[in-house]
Amino acid sequence: MSGTSTYVPKSALGKWFESRLPIMGLVHSSFVAFPVPRNLNYLWAFGAILSFMLVAQIVTGVVLAMHYTSESTLAFDSVEHIMRDVDYGWLLRYLHSNGASMFFLAVYVHMFRGIYYGSYKAPREVLWILGVIIYLLMMATAFMGYVLPWGQMSFWGATVITNLFTAIPLVGKSVSTWLWGGYSVGDPTLNRFFSLHYLLPFMIAGVVGLHVWALHVSGQNNPDGVEVKNVERDTVAFTPYATLKDLFGLSVFLIVYAWFVFYIPNFLGDADNYIKANPLQTPARIVPEWYLLPFYAILRAIPNKLIGVIALFGAIALLAFLPWLDTSPIKSAKYRPVFRVFFWAFVVVCIGLGWLGSQEINDAYVLAARILAICYFAFFLIVLPLLGLFETTKPLPPSIADAVLARTKDGSAKAGAASAEKAA
Amino acid sequence: MGDHLAGAATVDQSRRDFLFIATGAAGAVATASLVWPLIDQMNPDASTLALSSTEVDLGAVAEGQILTVKWRGKPVFVRHRTKKEIDEAAATPLSDLRDPQTDAQRVQKPEWLIVVGVCTHLGCIPLGHQGKYDGWFCPCHGSVYDTSGRIRQGPAPLNLEVPEYAFLSDAKIRIG
Repeated sequence: MSGTSTYVPKSALGKWFESRLPIMGLVHSSFVAFPVPRNLNYLWAFGAILSFMLVAQIVTGVVLAMHYTSESTLAFDSVEHIMRDVDYGWLLRYLHSNGASMFFLAVYVHMFRGIYYGSYKAPREVLWILGVIIYLLMMATAFMGYVLPWGQMSFWGATVITNLFTAIPLVGKSVSTWLWGGYSVGDPTLNRFFSLHYLLPFMIAGVVGLHVWALHVSGQNNPDGVEVKNVERDTVAFTPYATLKDLFGLSVFLIVYAWFVFYIPNFLGDADNYIKANPLQTPARIVPEWYLLPFYAILRAIPNKLIGVIALFGAIALLAFLPWLDTSPIKSAKYRPVFRVFFWAFVVVCIGLGWLGSQEINDAYVLAARILAICYFAFFLIVLPLLGLFETTKPLPPSIADAVLARTKDGSAKAGAASAEKAA
Repeated sequence: MGDHLAGAATVDQSRRDFLFIATGAAGAVATASLVWPLIDQMNPDASTLALSSTEVDLGAVAEGQILTVKWRGKPVFVRHRTKKEIDEAAATPLSDLRDPQTDAQRVQKPEWLIVVGVCTHLGCIPLGHQGKYDGWFCPCHGSVYDTSGRIRQGPAPLNLEVPEYAFLSDAKIRIG
């Protein structure tokens, strides 16, 4: 898919610059001429959507940082100052807080697409692992960002999560003290979280660069899971096809985003975070933001502190091993009917864990969380390795072009019959 | 059949052009409405604007005294001028001035001179009751202002700025 650029600048200035820094050629070969499988569906628009959301979060974040103060006695009030005094401050704040949720919504769709269509399989293993790294950086960034308003949930969520490190044997307490900059979450913690929250998105941008680079080496996967065999027959140029499809997908996504920002901006948040942090009073329920809930449920399901922490990080780390856990050579779930059932069951397990993570602890919920946590790990450690060895798969189409033509042949046959009837 | 197709192609092309232009226009409006708040947020916010005017009680300022108040982050000199200072300011010929202004142009009531206490050279705060004309003297580079706050000697190009102010009563003004 990658190769030397065929771009030739038209103007003399263009030629002069291009011979010194061939950036126009790079953009041209990556986003204009780049061959894209012609059978992609709208799930493939989420890469572009995620890029947009990263830029959106950075832009709104930088602008918010012009008005925010990270000193613990001033932080909460500085956020209210943004909401009330700064021109359009309310809009920028809601764009940033809901933007984080939309960023995670998009990343989960993007990841589930990858699991469904086997986009993590050879030769895309490194692409997938870079994605897992991006996901981890996103979670760290979001967690630290949520601490910054210094509300009750900011403070107590930070306390719970940073206390995880006390589970480490021998060095746990020292590591936690080092992280906090004190004996508990406090002003030093808040200030360093602000610094790191500003830093990490640029590291995410760097890894995204590697992620797109890796993608451009192998080319996109596609809904049929059959690699490109003939560039002319199987692919179309990125511009205008993928460009406009991504733009349209982005527009629909932005409608959902705008719905939250303008009509229900606090729906995904916690009311307790509008109360200033009080280190001497724990809220009745400590709940992380929705996108961290499934892992929070796994953590709470396990009665042992250390093993709970290991399970939490393990649940995320396991994703990196997906290319080797899944033994099936068939990529797309479209041709793996048994896997498809397990996939949707996995989706239900994740949603179930998420819901349980937000609930109060009682016997029934704890039992349910344990069962679902076991299902979560079983999907990766039992189902995926065994399924590839024993399942019967449907026959793959010989090429992408054949897969597309098979669909339109049926479609155009029906259309032909309908128009023949109309004419008659 | 061929004619029909050719006709269809022209209709399709102008329809396509319309769609492109309409989408482009909508996109431009959307981008502008997105960019504006990002730029406008840097303008002074409501809490800064609330500090944009200050009231000063003049009763506390004795004749000959200069009161310094803070207004919009800068010092403002409120000078209760003596008769000698007013006469000297009014009698100055305009040809002596680098930035010609009559004293009457710079005050509303002659016994009250209100000027921004920032030297028009490079921004230091001049010292009151100093300099040849007993007005102000700026220690940074030696600018000399008279009892009307006008530049007489030194590198400053302009007279001390007269801010917008109004008398709320004989003993109270609002600056800004």
